[in-house]
Amino acid sequence: MVSGKRIFSDFKVFSRGYLRNKFGLFFGLIFPVILILIFGAIFSGGSSGTVNVYAQNQDTGPFASPQMDIASKFLTALNDSGTIKVITVDASENFSQYLADHSSSDGIIIPANFSANYLAGRQVNMTVYGNPASSSSGIVSGTVNGYANYFNLNYFQRKYSDTTPAIIGITSATVNTQQTNYIDFLIPGLIGFSILTSPMFSLVNISSEYKKTKLFKQLSLTPLTKIEWLTSKVIWYIVLTIAGFLLMVGVGVFAFGAHVNLAIGLIPFLILGPMLFAALGMLVGTVTKSPETAGVIGNIVTFPMMFLAGTFFPISTMPAYLQTFAHVLPLFYIVEGLNNVMVYGNIPGALIDMAVVLVITAVIFVAAVKLFKWRED
Amino acid sequence: MLPIEVTSLKKHYGDLKAVDGISFTVKEGEVFGLLGPNGAGKTTCIEIMEGLRERDGGEVKVLGLDPWKNGYQLHQKIGVIPQDFTFFEKTTPREAIIYYADLFNVKVDPDMILREVLLEDSAKVHFDNLSGGQKQKTGLALSLVNSPELLFLDEPTTGLDPNARRAIWEVIRGLKAKGKTIILTTHYLDEAQQLCDRVAIMNHGKIVAMGTSEEIIQQHGSGERLEIHGSEKLADYIKANTDLQVDYNAARGEIIIPLKKRIDALAALAAAEQSGMDWGEIQTRQDSLDDVFIRLVSGAEINSDETEAKPNDRRRR
Repeated sequence: MVSGKRIFSDFKVFSRGYLRNKFGLFFGLIFPVILILIFGAIFSGGSSGTVNVYAQNQDTGPFASPQMDIASKFLTALNDSGTIKVITVDASENFSQYLADHSSSDGIIIPANFSANYLAGRQVNMTVYGNPASSSSGIVSGTVNGYANYFNLNYFQRKYSDTTPAIIGITSATVNTQQTNYIDFLIPGLIGFSILTSPMFSLVNISSEYKKTKLFKQLSLTPLTKIEWLTSKVIWYIVLTIAGFLLMVGVGVFAFGAHVNLAIGLIPFLILGPMLFAALGMLVGTVTKSPETAGVIGNIVTFPMMFLAGTFFPISTMPAYLQTFAHVLPLFYIVEGLNNVMVYGNIPGALIDMAVVLVITAVIFVAAVKLFKWRED
Repeated sequence: MLPIEVTSLKKHYGDLKAVDGISFTVKEGEVFGLLGPNGAGKTTCIEIMEGLRERDGGEVKVLGLDPWKNGYQLHQKIGVIPQDFTFFEKTTPREAIIYYADLFNVKVDPDMILREVLLEDSAKVHFDNLSGGQKQKTGLALSLVNSPELLFLDEPTTGLDPNARRAIWEVIRGLKAKGKTIILTTHYLDEAQQLCDRVAIMNHGKIVAMGTSEEIIQQHGSGERLEIHGSEKLADYIKANTDLQVDYNAARGEIIIPLKKRIDALAALAAAEQSGMDWGEIQTRQDSLDDVFIRLVSGAEINSDETEAKPNDRRRR
């Protein structure tokens, strides 16, 4: 009894209305692109930003020659590292007060007679201030540690050997054959984000509003059936998702040089995803009494998925209980599947995700159609 | 077969008897009005006939079909404007008509339908930019797409300004002239008098009066009366000098004399003249549908729309 003609005519009217409403278009297409631009700019900037570190050098000599001023050499070496910028603080200042006054938690104190003790092979300590919660402090302590080790090795080299010792170096690498960076992980996540938000918010809103304004009642007086109505919405959000996908991949590749593996395995996710969330939105709008309640319930369902399903951050960075929680979120399997295809090229892994998404989608779609009522008793 | 046959129809919501055992029939080509204050059960009744609500008791046959069980078939044959008609915000009336034609799988000339409901000028305006009257006309246009013989119009003019209401009336008269059967609910009495062949007045889920408005006025009205603007003293004088019943409405300064025979008016006026007292405007007046309606549904909530929309009293000097 499902008629393609009716689905198509409903699709025409709905999509035209959608395109005329700039609001929906903004959230469907423009908003995800803005997110890519913002997150891409924040995280793909690489090492362009340096961390400011205040340093108080209390080692005022005297030095037999400038060569002997190890403290100054150490600070110069830090400054030349490119990751941190050393700002010297006069030795007379109260250092921790000075840091507080400059709203900074990163600082280094080099004690008096640092150079003399170092050259004599005596234990010397410098103090590094930092905030464990701040990523800039991590950078500072890592860099300072590195240079301290380097100076220590240098000391032993001069003392015990005339030849240059072997020093272990590290070259960065990632699991993929290509070099990947944050933007490569971000694109599948943000595609997942738009697969979720656009159909979900829209259908929660439409289905509860149509119920309130009795538009459903009115449509029930035409030959259009519930399943035809929902199908035409699903088709529209698939179209919108694919358009958004191309736009986001385009921006990622051209603006940030992202590496994207475009495989056929993406298509099931781009089709099932919008279907799943359109039906879920419909379900929320159907089981709630008013548009206001529907909005609240919709947000309760949507928000955890927006942030905890691996959209913006890989779930491996989250505490164990949140990782467990992520596994009950339908979006998790979509984002994981997209990552498997686009980043790792792991097709068997993607197939498992696909199967999970297929089952969830089927259940939600059937529930939405069954519980959705055109008319009242 | 009559287009509509309703027998002992019942519907309750919890303890509230929204429709409490009503029966009526509607003939082909008739415009039948369901009148009543808000909450009288009009919309429940009309929605049951449209197949949008399930009934709790009684029999309903619409075009020979049970509207709840055979709703899908019935909807191909009827046209409906629900109360507070709305449509997709960003769709124009013309697009809406084409959409409905696709859904019903019929070929129509959208411009012809737009002309029929006097909406050609706004054919390409988005629905959310239409005025209240134009929105209702869009609803009327959509209800005509499947060329139904039977139309249900649930409060088609509620909330519209007087011009828009008259425009809708014109459209409805046009449909009537084409021989369509129309069920109309309204709480405007003038609307019922202007458009309906027969009306049923509903109150608390029951039909309290049914027939043409003349029949209802005859059955439930109080007959003709003479009204004279004048003082209470004059009223007392007339009462003392004639054998007529004389009432006095102090608030309006009006002497009211129910007339058993028209000639009684002469006796009353002669007495007034004789008194030597001043008296103003005189008129004879008959109960309007309005007066009858108020009497029949007194105690029910009558909203302000209704009082505003009271028809002009049928006054004769």
